[in-house]
Amino acid sequence: MIHFDKVSKKYADQTHALAEVSFSIQPKEFVSIVGHSGAGKTTLLKMILAEERPSEGKVFFESVNIHKLNRKELTKFRQKIGAVFQDFRLLPQKTAYENIAFAMEVAGRTDEDIAADVPHVLNLVDLAEKMHNFPHELSGGEKQRVAIARAIVNNPDIIIADEPTGNLDPINTYEIVQILKKINDMGTTVILTTHNKGVVDSVGKRVITMEKGKVVRDDKTGKYIL
Amino acid sequence: MVKAGSVYFWRNAFVSFSSVIVMVITLSFLSGLIFGNAALQATLASLKGKVDMNVYFLPTTAPDDILALKATLEKKAEVTSVTYTSREDALDALKGRHPDDGTVEAINELGDNPLGAVLNVQTKDPSHYEALARFLKTDNAVSPNGVSIIRKVNFYDHETAINALSRIINATNRLGFVLSIVFVAISLIIAFNTIRLTIYNSREEISVMKLVGATNKYVRGPFMVSGVMCGVAASLITLVLFFFLIYYSRDFAKNFFIGIDFLAYYKANFGQIFGIVVGSGVLIGAVSSYLAVRRYLKV
Repeated sequence: MIHFDKVSKKYADQTHALAEVSFSIQPKEFVSIVGHSGAGKTTLLKMILAEERPSEGKVFFESVNIHKLNRKELTKFRQKIGAVFQDFRLLPQKTAYENIAFAMEVAGRTDEDIAADVPHVLNLVDLAEKMHNFPHELSGGEKQRVAIARAIVNNPDIIIADEPTGNLDPINTYEIVQILKKINDMGTTVILTTHNKGVVDSVGKRVITMEKGKVVRDDKTGKYIL
Repeated sequence: MVKAGSVYFWRNAFVSFSSVIVMVITLSFLSGLIFGNAALQATLASLKGKVDMNVYFLPTTAPDDILALKATLEKKAEVTSVTYTSREDALDALKGRHPDDGTVEAINELGDNPLGAVLNVQTKDPSHYEALARFLKTDNAVSPNGVSIIRKVNFYDHETAINALSRIINATNRLGFVLSIVFVAISLIIAFNTIRLTIYNSREEISVMKLVGATNKYVRGPFMVSGVMCGVAASLITLVLFFFLIYYSRDFAKNFFIGIDFLAYYKANFGQIFGIVVGSGVLIGAVSSYLAVRRYLKV
């Protein structure tokens, strides 16, 4: 489904964020990418979202080179991906409901679909009673649940979660991981970056370990080992 | 898109308010220039109207020759009016001006009317008088038998003053034009930068919109609608502000700017002023937002 082919990312100051990274992710997999800060985890996810371009190598989604997509194709491609970030990245001037509705609007969904699906998906993340609250009126865990609801509302092929529990307390961390596992159980591919050992161990699925921009381990049912 | 833009405008009320205030200042500059230009043109027109040229004929000149010259002058494109004063009218006017100082008795003693007829000429621009005076000096029409029928053209008495006034009027016109351009440019830059700053605050928001798969058009639309709303609000405030400003200062303005009535000018040209101010507001809002958002769409 996703294939990294000798991908390197070199910045102007000659530092390497990624160095010849190659691996594949199959449909319905749950992959945890672990490593210290600066290991290249976030850069890897940015490559999938085409937020960053590789200096060398290619990133494929199915058989398409993501970085060869034109602007229109890239927009369509991004609608197939649900992204969750450590800093939530909700639209501050929109309510929880509107944040999720926005993702549906850009995908061209009808008003009827939006009215039906948004409450449903907010229910799934147990936030139905706060649908009209603005992000600044929500706790960190609640914001992240809105972000997850936004990520899953268009039934994406992949969920990319970049340190989604980085700003959360243990209880919220546990809840977010359970939601991500549930999403994966329903058949969506999940790619999670984290440096939280507890999270990786509780998921108990494939773990890719990165160090200084390189993949140093790839365990099918791994644990967090550094 | 319109709904999203309106919601953005109201939910960012403080930021929108700041943009509106800055745009009111910009549009006030623009409106000030419109009224300033009207005042300048009215003042210059009034000054130009006060400049004229008198052609004094010899007392012996036949009225038909003078009227023929009048017709010739009236055909000239640069001439706006030619008024004929006959010898008799000139004498009556002189008597009327000096009824008790002995002038009337002195003229009566001469036995004949010593005054010649006069043509009063007005041109579109004071700079035309010199060429006209030269024409009157040299043209054959005014010298039928090789002797000029003209006693005097008073342009030569006022030549320095007329030329100076002519230069001042031209320079004022040019300066007014250059200042207008400079002020409009400065205020446009200020308005553009204010809107750019408000959108700079939303750069994260724009990148999130792009990452969830929004097209450039979809991201840009609400910001442009909000920019246009700022422009419309600012232009309406400016129009109302200027109405009250003009209404309460109309007596002062009338005396200061040689008789121009700004209130009458505002009412008579309201459609045009409304179009320029609202059009500029909408244009500034839309173009500034378009350019400011474009910078953050490269995600």
